[in-house]
Amino acid sequence: MTQTYRPESPEQVAALVAWAVAEKTPLDLRGHGTKSDIGRPANTSHVLDLSAIAGLVDYTPNELVLTARAGTPLSEIQAALDDAGQMLAFEPPDWRGLLGQPDGPDAPSGTLGGLVACNLAGPRRLSAGAARDHVLGVQGVSGRGEAFKSGGRVVKNVTGFDFSKLLTGSFGTLAALTELSLKVMPRPEETRTVLIHGVGEQAAMEVMSLGLRSPHEVSGACHLPAEAAARAGLGDATRSVTALRVEGPGPSVDWRCTALRNELAGWGPTDALDDAASRPFWAAVRDARPLAAPPEAQVWRLSVPPMSGARVVQAVQQAAPGAVLAQCYDWGGGLVWLALAPAPDAHAPAVRAAIDHHGGGHASLIRADRAVRAHVAVLQPLPPALEALSRRVKESFDPSGVLSPGRMAEGR
Amino acid sequence: MRMPEPDAGIIARRATIARDLQALVPGEGVIVDEDALRAYECDGLSAYRQPPMIVVLPSTTEQVSRVLRYCHEAGVKIVPRGAGTSLSGGALPLADAVTLGLGKFNRILDIDYENRCVVAQPGVTNLGITTAVQGEGFYYAPDPSSQIACSIGGNVAENAGGVHCLKYGLTTNNLLGLEMVLMTGEVIRLGGKHLDAGGYDLLGVATGSEGLLGVITEVTVRILRAPETARAVLMGFPDSDSAAATVAAIIAAGIIPAGLEMMDRPAIHAAEDFVHADYPLDVEALLICELDGPEAEVTHLIERVEGLARNNGVQTLRVSESDQERALFWAGRKAAFPAVGRISPDYYCMDGTIPRHALPTVLKRMAEMATHYGLRVANVFHAGDGNLHPLILFDANVPDELERAEAFGADILRLCVEVGGVLTGEHGVGVEKRDLMGTMFTETDLMQQQRLKCAFDPGQLLNPGKVFPTLHRCAELGRMHISGGKMPFPDIPRF
Repeated sequence: MTQTYRPESPEQVAALVAWAVAEKTPLDLRGHGTKSDIGRPANTSHVLDLSAIAGLVDYTPNELVLTARAGTPLSEIQAALDDAGQMLAFEPPDWRGLLGQPDGPDAPSGTLGGLVACNLAGPRRLSAGAARDHVLGVQGVSGRGEAFKSGGRVVKNVTGFDFSKLLTGSFGTLAALTELSLKVMPRPEETRTVLIHGVGEQAAMEVMSLGLRSPHEVSGACHLPAEAAARAGLGDATRSVTALRVEGPGPSVDWRCTALRNELAGWGPTDALDDAASRPFWAAVRDARPLAAPPEAQVWRLSVPPMSGARVVQAVQQAAPGAVLAQCYDWGGGLVWLALAPAPDAHAPAVRAAIDHHGGGHASLIRADRAVRAHVAVLQPLPPALEALSRRVKESFDPSGVLSPGRMAEGR
Repeated sequence: MRMPEPDAGIIARRATIARDLQALVPGEGVIVDEDALRAYECDGLSAYRQPPMIVVLPSTTEQVSRVLRYCHEAGVKIVPRGAGTSLSGGALPLADAVTLGLGKFNRILDIDYENRCVVAQPGVTNLGITTAVQGEGFYYAPDPSSQIACSIGGNVAENAGGVHCLKYGLTTNNLLGLEMVLMTGEVIRLGGKHLDAGGYDLLGVATGSEGLLGVITEVTVRILRAPETARAVLMGFPDSDSAAATVAAIIAAGIIPAGLEMMDRPAIHAAEDFVHADYPLDVEALLICELDGPEAEVTHLIERVEGLARNNGVQTLRVSESDQERALFWAGRKAAFPAVGRISPDYYCMDGTIPRHALPTVLKRMAEMATHYGLRVANVFHAGDGNLHPLILFDANVPDELERAEAFGADILRLCVEVGGVLTGEHGVGVEKRDLMGTMFTETDLMQQQRLKCAFDPGQLLNPGKVFPTLHRCAELGRMHISGGKMPFPDIPRF
């Protein structure tokens, strides 16, 4: 039977981990559990629930820094930022819908720690960075049961190794996070979106690249094939949509929006979304909602060189005919969402070979049955030297392997 | 400065080691001549000097790999070195170590405009990357003031900053990929032209690791399209409090300038005497605020910045009307270090970061310390991100002035930590701030950092004596102290 412990202080977390080490009892770390189905399935009988280590610690908007306990609900963080007209610039996605979890207003929103542990980022990744680029300081408990900290509460800091980055995206396998300081930014005053209709997938990579190479400070660039465009509420499901976002003060966004439409007019009919229409559109893209993935589809998330996006999808289509049910592109083509017909191997060889042949990158199986996730490499397999180094890194924090062991790969 | 005790056994084998290295790096790649070695005896922190045992200058990744594998097996220490511009002694040699210089890695390998990135060898200068792409209207954003000389590999090792960090981030935020050689000689590739890692963010932790984790042999950075317009506002204030209040007001208004710099009276005067930037001389503090982007945005934001400055009692205000005038505004700030060098035989540059709100307190306390130590201080700051560069003026020829300057500097850094800041914003810990690490971190914090070091370099042969005040053996760090199996927490809720 699963036993869940819910410590209420970092000291209790340390005591629990020390006990887990002594008893050789691995712990599955979680916050609200909204991302528990990402990664390899946990295979432990004990859960370390960190959601009670919660609450804002310090938030002075003028410092552009927010410090909170790791279990703080994202909804609480969001509300505090909204009040101050600020944001987490990396646009934390909400994948509860994608993962088949309740996402109504009363459902758990996920925790700050969970967000950081998965290093998530939305469309603004290409200009503002991911969670990794915004975590300034971390406090946590290592797999030795020792509380430690790294980083600080200031933007510019090179004092010691940057554990803020190392722990971000480590899925709880290195430390139980207890407190985090993040860089926050003012919300842009206005947002506009330029839409170019009917561009083919390979050409769309070029259109997005042109937008991103322009001086117009594009902060989002996605391409939705026809069906996805319709799901995003744009168009009649017969034409694709390529969308470029500009943000900033009113006069600036108007000027840039017009300039982009003029410069890209040769690629297809253009249109623009105003502020009110832009915000829900990019929220949908952020959360992968336009991806037409039937509930049984296996969903992959690929990070590749931006110009390779469409070619990678084409290569998967060729290697596994009929497998690709739907696809969308974000990050100027560098982020590919793929919905695939279910297969025992989730078509992993085809997906990863396609990436290898088109400039490298990595693929994560975000949604699949537990049984599939248990034996398919959910995160990108690493070359031997890097895999060995990663295991040594794991051991350096968690020598007994008590913190979410095997969550990322066998042995780590 | 206490460095690890040189290994007499290694020094005794110097000739053999040199001969072996010569076989691995043929041609002019190995330096043993005493006079030639002297060129490598220090970096930008020239108060500390030590000629290296041997210098090796490989020109391929394969050679770096062979050198490291050899040294790993022979138990020889390695000090990696880029352009040698470190201000924290990151490349300070050791008497029993091989200094491994990356100067021959000076080629740009790939310019990929479509994917907006450049692949370069680590010895390419920071400015060299911008120079290579500016013809197409692009640039590389991080711009440390040594950008003409400093190497991109060194920038990665130190996570270098510059005046544009507030808006465009540090090196770590502009780095996409690395090729790195581990001390064992294994070559690993981290990242690439894509974003984020498929596993642990080793790219992130290698950045700023000060040559303790591996030797960088290739770098992939993102390049940005140069903004359409950039204009700067030069503002003089009757006191530093009103300048600090203006900085806070700009940030509070949701404006993130491309650069937001502050100078105090001694720095203003030194800079003006040196470069004649036409700075006002009757003010106590100067702010330079640069805004970039589309013309419409820059014009709009400049009006708002002007308004905020006037609300906060600005004494003089000028807006640059041409790129030439903007460059002139910056000329004084960018030349602040050499300008101070002209008014004092020596100066010591500090690099703490503080929360912005603490600026008035820190300035006041620093002035008190200056009186206490009987030394002058000139201040330049990256005001937007709270990164201070107090320059302590001293004369090394006056007995005990260097010691007083160092003690003053250490007090400033302790003050930074006390007000919630950190020891170093962009210059690195190196040897300079090594012994102050305990003011910011507990022994547990530092031991965990050293355990990571052991995962990369179990023999602790890469750049030892830097960053960590106390060296522990990896075996000792790995030991676990397990305290019984009794549930020590009857009060923890469980379900």
